[in-house]
Amino acid sequence: MGQNSSTHLTNGNKYMNQGNNQRLGIVIGASLEKGVDVRLDAPISVEDMVVGRYVTIQGRQRRFFGMITDVSLKFSDDRLSISPPDVADPFIAEILNGTSTFGTIHVTPMLTIGGDAKAVLEGPQPVKTIPAHFSTVNLATEEDIEGVFGKEDEERFSIGNPLDMETKLCLNLEEFARRSNGIFGKSGTGKTFLTRILLIGMLQKSKAVNLIFDMHSEYGWAGTREGGGTVKGLKQLFPDKVAVFTLDEMSSKRRKVSTDFVVKIGLNEITPEDIAILRATLNLTDLAVEAAYQLRKILGRDWLNKILNLPEEEVEELLKGADIHESSFQSLKRGLGTIGRLGFVVQEAKEDAVKVILDYLQSGRNVVLEFGRYQEIAAYLLVANMLSRRIYTRYQQQMEEAIAEDDQAKKPRPLVITIEEAHKFLDTEVADKTIFGTIAREMRKYNVTLLVIDQRPSGISEDVMSQLGTKITCLLDNDRDIDSVLAGVSGKNELKAVLSRLAPRQQALIFGHAVPMPVAFQPVAYDTKFYAGLNKKTEKTDGKDIEKLWE
Amino acid sequence: MRSINSQVSPKIAEIIEAATARFTAQCYELYGLPPLGGLVKTGDIYGIVCHAETAGMEPGRRPIARGKDEATEAAVYDSSPQLLKLLRSEFTASVVGYTDGEKIYQYLPPRPTRIHSFVYICQPEEVREFSGSFDFFNILLNASLTVPTEELIAAALRQMSLAQEDPRAFLVAAGKELANILSTDFIRLKNILGRLL
Repeated sequence: MGQNSSTHLTNGNKYMNQGNNQRLGIVIGASLEKGVDVRLDAPISVEDMVVGRYVTIQGRQRRFFGMITDVSLKFSDDRLSISPPDVADPFIAEILNGTSTFGTIHVTPMLTIGGDAKAVLEGPQPVKTIPAHFSTVNLATEEDIEGVFGKEDEERFSIGNPLDMETKLCLNLEEFARRSNGIFGKSGTGKTFLTRILLIGMLQKSKAVNLIFDMHSEYGWAGTREGGGTVKGLKQLFPDKVAVFTLDEMSSKRRKVSTDFVVKIGLNEITPEDIAILRATLNLTDLAVEAAYQLRKILGRDWLNKILNLPEEEVEELLKGADIHESSFQSLKRGLGTIGRLGFVVQEAKEDAVKVILDYLQSGRNVVLEFGRYQEIAAYLLVANMLSRRIYTRYQQQMEEAIAEDDQAKKPRPLVITIEEAHKFLDTEVADKTIFGTIAREMRKYNVTLLVIDQRPSGISEDVMSQLGTKITCLLDNDRDIDSVLAGVSGKNELKAVLSRLAPRQQALIFGHAVPMPVAFQPVAYDTKFYAGLNKKTEKTDGKDIEKLWE
Repeated sequence: MRSINSQVSPKIAEIIEAATARFTAQCYELYGLPPLGGLVKTGDIYGIVCHAETAGMEPGRRPIARGKDEATEAAVYDSSPQLLKLLRSEFTASVVGYTDGEKIYQYLPPRPTRIHSFVYICQPEEVREFSGSFDFFNILLNASLTVPTEELIAAALRQMSLAQEDPRAFLVAAGKELANILSTDFIRLKNILGRLL
């Protein structure tokens, strides 16, 4: 109760805590568009109020749930700023605190709970009105948060704690996996850790299987931690559920990764569409891309091999017949040469990588494809795009058959494809051409969704961004990136304030389809304690002490 | 019925002028004045001492200097005992509330007190009871007084704080109330707060 230990005020009890709630103040102004202004009670220090924290507002008929999005200092009289009082005198300071000088917070209401019994049953609803004058504002309690986000259960997985709170923030991963999602953040803000946690969550709590294009080989097996040390990869934690495929057998062996399959891409499997999306990366001209389509038509399935190995005179003849300019052909050949030199590209692949991947996925095993030393973007684009397109086509067929036969059991398992450096696949120029643009747009029609990871979300086409269901973003400090992530979200400006003030590491903001309202949170630490927690859960199902297995 | 009663203390003065918002009383003892800002009571009516003076009995007849040959000031009165009869002490109190015997109302009473009513100084217990609310600030802030309002309010609070168990907490609570009332007039607030301790 602070200084109000006296009974001198007629309302001397007004700062009493009500139940477990910590009372912050009262509503002094509000608009649905701009949010709610709250005057802080005297004992509450503005310095304790941080953006991103949750508050509840007890209106007359319903409760509001909101997030602090701004904190400010106010005077009752401007003359206070012109001739400031002597606050060195504790007596004066104590009197002025909360009266003539006071703190206010700006709250963006997100949800309403209640009203009549029916509304309570329906659960939290998006906010459509504002609380009445002088409604009481409390800090949200753990129960409040639990009421909104739910408890950890069959479908929900704890991904961290809301900022400054002990409560677990649970995400319904079944719901999450139903749409394409995005994870954003500057380099070094913890995207990879966040992704690992989400993948583990999906592994445990949803029916979806994951296909991860692991550019830097950090998901399947041991990954590195900034500041030294290694962390366990998915296969180490879930050997039964995860398979590691690799493009670079040597690298995997060096890192002592137990791989399940070595992926080779046959030259005959590459189509002009695959080349088209590499236009910018391979520095091809438009005419060169055009030439690729024509040559495919003329030369057939083995076109790429032929282009690379055709003797001079035959080339001349070919170009004449197809009306292709020599310079376009050379440009194309140069580009295709880059692909031909990639170690995992062979004349003809012995085994169909797509079929193997699909078999694994259909049996419920998650596949991590390591790129090893092939970290150049051309290799990543080519492989991710090629494989995904063909997998997607198969999914589409299976799905259509299942719909035609009206047989739920025939529907393929939901698949989540994880891609990094997503702006390379999904920028405005190539989003229409790559399969990922299609998956993002057509969403879950064919049971395939994306998990895109990127550090420059502004590079991703607006169309695609708008289709992402749930977005999780770590710190971003480029205005365009922030704008593109928050585009179309209500209370965008307020969230901007929260987003740009996240700690540079291990804090994130989640909003969209899978959460009832935006939350700033601290992801669970990805450490031995976390593994042990997983152990406990998995023990029930397979009874193995995974921790020991891999020590 | 709980009674609010200060009649246990000896009477100090008698009303010689009564109005709705103020009353003037003459002290029984020369210089027997209550302090500025002191809480006094006559009948059911509470007042805060806002003005006091000592002058000759008869208006127009001014006292003359008498101490030229005396060694001390007290000797002046000793050698002229009639002075005690020729001089009188009076004080004026601003009416700040009344009681119906059960509850204290901090606003003006329905009718003024009567001439020749006795005036008492409120005892600490009653002061505590009265100062449970600060509604009387409004009466004082709007009264037309012969002393600056800020002086009077500060004096009243200092006097009341003497009766409290925790004088500082009392003054802080009062200061906060004033800060709310004077939210748009910081200079006035500052003047009062500067005079509280």
